[in-house]
Amino acid sequence: MLKISDLKVTVDGKAILNGLSLDVGPGEVHAIMGPNGSGKSTLANVIAGRDGYEVTSGSVSFMGNDLLSMAPEDRAREGVFLAFQYPVEIPGVANIALLKEGLNAARRHRGEPELDALDFLKLVREKLKLVEMKEEFLSRSVNEGFSGGEKKRNEIFQMAVLEPSLAVLDETDSGLDIDALKTVAGGVNALRSEDRSIILVTHYQRLLDYIVPDKVHVLAQGKIVRSGDKRLALDLEERGYGWIDTAADAATA
Amino acid sequence: MNTAVKELDELVGREYKEGFVTDIEAETLPPGLDESVIRFLSGKKSEPDFILQWRLAAFDRWKAMECPEWAHVHYNPIDFQAISYYSAPKRDEDRPKSLDEIDPKLLETYNKLGIPLEEQKALAGIAVDVVFDSVSVATTFKDKLAEIGVIFCPLSEAMANHPELVREYLGSVVPPSDNFYAGLNSAVFTEGSFVYVPKGVRCPMELSTYFRINALNTGQFERTLIIADEGSYVSYLEGCTAPMRDENQLHAAVVELVALKDAQIKYSTVQNWYPGDEEGRGGIYNFVTKRGACRGDNAKISWTQVETGSAITWKYPSVLLEGNHSTGEFYSVALTNNCQQADTGTKMVHIGEHTSSTIISKGISAGRGQNAYRGLVKVLKSAKQARNYSQCDSLLMGDRCGAHTFPYIEVKNPTATIEHEATTSKIGEDQLFYCRQRGLSEEDAVSMIVNGFCKEVFRELPMEFAVEAQKLLGISLEGAVG
Ligand SMILES: Nc1ncnc2c1ncn2[C@@H]1O[C@H](COP(=O)(O)OP(=O)(O)O)[C@@H](O)[C@H]1O
Ligand SMILES: [Mg+2]
Repeated sequence: MLKISDLKVTVDGKAILNGLSLDVGPGEVHAIMGPNGSGKSTLANVIAGRDGYEVTSGSVSFMGNDLLSMAPEDRAREGVFLAFQYPVEIPGVANIALLKEGLNAARRHRGEPELDALDFLKLVREKLKLVEMKEEFLSRSVNEGFSGGEKKRNEIFQMAVLEPSLAVLDETDSGLDIDALKTVAGGVNALRSEDRSIILVTHYQRLLDYIVPDKVHVLAQGKIVRSGDKRLALDLEERGYGWIDTAADAATA
Repeated sequence: MNTAVKELDELVGREYKEGFVTDIEAETLPPGLDESVIRFLSGKKSEPDFILQWRLAAFDRWKAMECPEWAHVHYNPIDFQAISYYSAPKRDEDRPKSLDEIDPKLLETYNKLGIPLEEQKALAGIAVDVVFDSVSVATTFKDKLAEIGVIFCPLSEAMANHPELVREYLGSVVPPSDNFYAGLNSAVFTEGSFVYVPKGVRCPMELSTYFRINALNTGQFERTLIIADEGSYVSYLEGCTAPMRDENQLHAAVVELVALKDAQIKYSTVQNWYPGDEEGRGGIYNFVTKRGACRGDNAKISWTQVETGSAITWKYPSVLLEGNHSTGEFYSVALTNNCQQADTGTKMVHIGEHTSSTIISKGISAGRGQNAYRGLVKVLKSAKQARNYSQCDSLLMGDRCGAHTFPYIEVKNPTATIEHEATTSKIGEDQLFYCRQRGLSEEDAVSMIVNGFCKEVFRELPMEFAVEAQKLLGISLEGAVG
C-alpha cells in the first residue's frame, strides 16, 4: 500500500527526516511513536503533500504510484487521508459543504457519478453515528468554535465519509478525555478493513490500548530507530523516550 | 442569471413591441460640456421645464465644485470637457464584427458563467442579427406590475407621466450640491429607472434593471429613483454578473431611495464592469452616489452589494434614518484583483429616536488590488437610543495587495450604543491545504474559503443572485493564489 524508502526531508534547510523507511501493507495498522519534535507531523505532512517540506532524497510510493509527484488534492482523491493534529477553522464554510465537494471530487476522479444532496445526506447521517456527533455539526462552519475533542472527532467523521485507502491520523488522541478517546477509537476500529491501511501517529501508548496496532515504530531524530509489535509501545511507556534517544545517538554515531 | 437567461432565450426572436427605448436618430454630440449641451439633453427627452431648470441650477453649482481627492484611489485627472455627453447608439458598422475581436479573457468568463453565445455577443457589443429583446420581457413584467399599481419605468418616462412624483422626490435624498459627481450627474443624467410602490403594496417580484437596460448601452450618467409609499415593500436588483464592455470609461450614477412610514426597500447590486486588463487598462471608473432616506417611522432600507468589477470603484450607499425606529443596513463584498482599486463604504446617519443600523463589510484584495473601507456612523442629538453595529473584515491574498479601513464615528447623543469590530486576515495556507487534503482543487478551495468569508453578505442577496455572486467571485479570483 505505502512504501517509503530512505526519505530525507528538510525544512528551511534544517534536516528533519534523515533516511526514513516504512512499509505498510493493505489492512495494516501501524503506530508511529516518538518524542515531540522527532518529525512525526513532518512525515504525515509529506505524505499528504503539504508545501514547505523539501524532499532531498528517497521515495514514497502509494499503490504503485509516485506519491511525491502528485498534487495534494490528487493524493486525496486517490485515497490518502490526513487527520490533522491541529484542524484549521474555516469561517463561513459549512462542514457538510466542504465534505460534499471533497467526496464528489474523489468520485469524479474515480469516474463515479456524483452523489446528489439527498444521497449524500443519507451517507453522512450514517457516518455521524460512528463518532457520536450530532447532526448540527454538519451545518456549522468547519471546526469553528469546536472544542478540541470535537475537532478530532470531526476529523474521524470526515475519514468515515471519504473512505480512504490510507489514513494518517496525526495525534488524534491528544487532548481527548477518556470518553472521547474511546469514541474516537471506536470510530477508527469500525473503519479498519482489509483494504484500508492506517498510520497512527501518537505520543502516548494510551491510544494503543483501544486501537491495537499490527506494528509499532519508534521515530527519533528523523529515523525509525526501532520497530516491533504492541509490546514495544509498552516498553516505551515504561522506560521513556530518553532510552530511545540514547539508542538513536548510538545508531548515528 | 440562469432563469433570466432562460426567459430571455425564450423571448429572443419574438416580435418587437412598443417599449422603453425611444428611437433616436443617430447623432452624437462633440465632446464638451456647457449650457447648450444640457438644453440639448433635456430637449431630447422632451422633459418638463422644471427638470431643465433643475439641471441648469445643478450645472451652475457643479462648475464651482472641485473633484474630490480624498478617496484612497489613484487615477489621472479626468478632463470633463473631453467627454461626449450624448452619443446615439453605435451603428453596426462601428461595432466589433465577431467574437474574434473581443478580449479572450472576457469570453472565457462568459463561458464559465454559462452565458449563451448570442447573449455573449450582445454583452460584448457586437452587432447581433437576432434582436436581443429585453424590452418585451420588461413589457410583460410591466403589465403585471401595473395591475397592482407599481410604477416601474425609465426615469425619462416618469418625468413625462408622473411629474408630480418626480418633482417631489428627485434630488430630495441626493441634492445636486451633495458632491462633485452627484452634481455632474444632476446636470447631465440621461438614463435610469423609476419605481413607485403604492401604499400597502408588497411588490411580488424582484425588480431588475437587467430586464430593462439594453446591455450594450449602460448609461454613463444613470439616475435611479425608488419610492416606497407607506407600508409597502420592494426588492430591487441592479446589475448583472456578466462583465460588460463599455465605451464610456467614467460612470457617475446617482441612486435615491425613499422609504416612507413602515415601508421597506431592499436594494441589491452585483456589479461586474470591465476591470481592465491585468495592467488596469481600459477599465471602468465607477463613481456613484447611492443614498436612501427612511422618511417615516419603522421604515427600513437595506443595501447589499457585491462589487467585483471596474478599475476604480468609489461608492458609499448610505441611509438617512429620519423616522423613529427606522433601520438601515449595509452588506457589502468588494473584491479587488490585479490593478483594481475600490474605495467603498457607507454612511449611517441617525436622526430619529431608536434608530438602528448594521454594517457588514467584507473586503477581499488579491494581486495588486487595493481595497479601502470608509464608513461613517453619525448619531445626531435628536437620535435617542440609537444603535449601530459595524463589522469590517478584510481578506488578503498574497502580499502585494492592500486593505485599509477608515471608520469614522460621530456621536452627539450619549444614549447611543455603537459597536465596531474589524479584522484583517490572510487567506491561510493552512486553510487551503486542509481543503485540498479533502480533495478540492486549489481554485475550488480558494473559492470556498472566500465564499465562506462573504457568507453573511451573500445570505442577504436574493437566492439566484447569491448563487451567481458566488460563481462570479470564484471566477474573479482565478489565478489569484499560487
Ligand atoms: N514549518 C516548519 N518550519 C520550521 N520548522 C519546522 C516546521 N515544521 C516542523 N519543523 C521542525 O521540525 C521538527 C519536527 O517537527 P514535527 O514534525 O512537527 O514533530 P512532531 O510531530 O514529531 O512533534 C521540529 O524541530 C520542528 O520545530
Ligand atoms: Mg506533531
